[in-house]
Amino acid sequence: MTRALLTGNAAAAWGARLARIDYLPAFPITPQTEIIETISRWIGEDEMRCRMVMLESEHSMLTAAGAAASTGVRTFTATSSQGLLYGMEMLYTIAGWRVPLVLINVSRGLSAPITLEPDHNDILAARDSGCLQLHCATCQEVVDAILIAYRLSEQPQVRLPVIVNLDGFSLSFTREPVSLPDDQAAAHYLPAFRHDAAEFRGGHPASKAVAVLGGGAYSYFRYETHLAALAAIDAYDDAAREFEQQFGRRYPSVECYRNDDAEISFVMIGSFATKAKDAVDRLRDAGHKIGLVRPFMLRPLPEADLRKALVGKSGIAVIDQNLAPGRGGILHGEVTSVLYGQQERPATVLSYIGGLGGRDIVIEEFFQIAADVRAAVASGATPAPRLLYTRNELTDMRKMQAAAHVEATGDGAVDGTGGAPSKETTA
Amino acid sequence: MKESQFKAARDLPSSHILGAGTAMCAGCGGLGAVREVYDVLGKDTIFVNAAGCMTLLSVYPFTPFRGSWLYTAMASAPAGGQGVRDALDIRLEQGSLRKDEDLQVVVLTGDGTANGIGLSATSAAIDRQLDFIYLCYDNEGYGNTGQQTSAATPHGARTATDPETGGMPGRKKDLFAIWTANRPTYAATVLAAEPLDLARKIETARSLSGPRLILALAPCPPGWGFEPSRSVEIGRLAVRTGIFPLKEYIDGRVVHNRIPHPRLPVEDYLKPQQRFAHLFEPQRDDKRIGEIQAAVDAYWLEVENGHA
Ligand SMILES: Cc1ncc(C[n+]2csc(CCOP(=O)(O)OP(=O)(O)O)c2C)c(N)n1
Ligand code: SF4
Ligand SMILES: [Mg+2]
Repeated sequence: MTRALLTGNAAAAWGARLARIDYLPAFPITPQTEIIETISRWIGEDEMRCRMVMLESEHSMLTAAGAAASTGVRTFTATSSQGLLYGMEMLYTIAGWRVPLVLINVSRGLSAPITLEPDHNDILAARDSGCLQLHCATCQEVVDAILIAYRLSEQPQVRLPVIVNLDGFSLSFTREPVSLPDDQAAAHYLPAFRHDAAEFRGGHPASKAVAVLGGGAYSYFRYETHLAALAAIDAYDDAAREFEQQFGRRYPSVECYRNDDAEISFVMIGSFATKAKDAVDRLRDAGHKIGLVRPFMLRPLPEADLRKALVGKSGIAVIDQNLAPGRGGILHGEVTSVLYGQQERPATVLSYIGGLGGRDIVIEEFFQIAADVRAAVASGATPAPRLLYTRNELTDMRKMQAAAHVEATGDGAVDGTGGAPSKETTA
Repeated sequence: MKESQFKAARDLPSSHILGAGTAMCAGCGGLGAVREVYDVLGKDTIFVNAAGCMTLLSVYPFTPFRGSWLYTAMASAPAGGQGVRDALDIRLEQGSLRKDEDLQVVVLTGDGTANGIGLSATSAAIDRQLDFIYLCYDNEGYGNTGQQTSAATPHGARTATDPETGGMPGRKKDLFAIWTANRPTYAATVLAAEPLDLARKIETARSLSGPRLILALAPCPPGWGFEPSRSVEIGRLAVRTGIFPLKEYIDGRVVHNRIPHPRLPVEDYLKPQQRFAHLFEPQRDDKRIGEIQAAVDAYWLEVENGHA
């Protein structure tokens, strides 16, 4: 074991290295690029034995990844944001191929408007693809999640791609102390790639992803994928337990922080959950019984663990760093559906949208959210979802709008979102 | 180069390794090409397929292939070929695969994919010098979806989306030229109706490595509008009128394998096909027919002058 100060991106590269990946099809995108550059450097320095190939798009990158995994090599790849959506057709496809591989997504907001900064709309667009999802909150988790993800992905009853998500900037470019398992320990936890009888090789004809006619066969294969994803709940618990036994770090599918005796719970995923923890500590100091519930695994959705964490609470606030226009927060819908019909379900589940495109969620906002929940519990009425935005932000926005109109008198109109921004954002 | 194993028609395989009874239409020129190509490549081949008519060759639980098959998507079959090839190479290097377990990687797509949605993936595979054969069966339209205009639809042809005003207004994209401009190892045009020429070219392609294009004109009875029994004849007319040049690109040079002499007038090829009927009825459209003829004449003049 070594201790090092690593960014989330370096941690992801280390995870791939410790997993002894054979193959890396790649395509650059900020804020992910550092991962593939780091691995490329290690290959060049003979630190890693891996074949890396630059593809011409994420759609092709994911196709190559799935095809290589179908041919029996341990495959790793990484993308972000626009890239994840560009490859969306293939996310569903490789899940249907039932191949084990790990894909890193470094979360970043989606265009339009184009931005480099983080939120979770990209990864949640892949929610229903059949790929499993682990959501990291720290750089340590990134390394560990990759090892756990391969264990999970290569289980014969699972054999589905796993996406390990980390937030752009707040994790990808942030240095944290990380404990790196040594090679032998990692190899002990994650043995050599588990070959499958259906892999492509000469003298052994195999057909993959052939067409089906009729709903009977189609439904059968789709149900199989679903059942495999559900089987990943137990398989995950096994993989996490063994990880804990070997490395001493615990990764329950749903992390609960000071939540056991809490009356009110925040629900969040990703690195901003560490801000929520800080808020929980401060609110506890002030005498409030509050906790945090953070799903580490979002697909499959660990429903039983989520229920266990949330049933019996008097109120919940789900803080979504994503926005489904016309609906609201995606996580909020997941949480409420898990609780529906449960005895002792919380009477009120409030919805907050915040942290879009790199916007911070400050501690005062957590305090306000907690106060809202207490008020809602007391009154029995659930307020409408709130879009977090401060007066200062609005003032700044008004200034920018004024400046945009001034510039617009030059060469063309500039509006708030759809039009060309006056200063180019580059990606 | 070694002497060809295919000297005369009698040297061609007498039975086929591709199973019979597929869902393809009677007289499908694309299926004919796949069958003949497969005979020469043999069963240690993996076809990496993009969406198109041939996708319906393998419908669960049946496949006519004795070897392997991977259906990808419409846009990225060459990338699928990349993943398979790379993984095979990694495993050969690691020693987890024996040499006799290697596979020939063949990307199989239609013209719509090859000239359009999949061209970026193809072009990049050539840049990377991927060791694969790209077999494009060119039925000159999006056949699987009902023969809409693709980038390979020839000038003047009617399709499901160019029905009214005299057919496809633009020109057929030159896929062979796009490939050869990027200096692949090999490129060749073939036709199921010319099996000896086809077998020799596949034999050559098989002996090489790197990116290799096999572009097969694929007469398509429902898409082009002719009786299935005339499929071979239509294909041969495409060659004899000079519309479809049989050629090879090897060692950086294009060689025309057969210079049709004398060339039949293009209308001999156009007339029997319903997609060109509007050029002849209700009135003969001499202008359009003349344009098509002029383009063919110009091509062969360049060949004679050594420029093509
Ligand atoms: C991304 C995507 N867009 C559209 C389709 C629908 N589609 C399936 S086959 C096909 C036509 C393919 O044309 P071509 O490559 O010429 O093959 P052919 O059908 O003629 O055999 C189309 C448009 C698809 N499967 N995927
Ligand atoms: S539509 Fe044309 S290309 Fe497609 S199967 Fe029928 S004959 Fe072959
Ligand atoms: Mg076609």
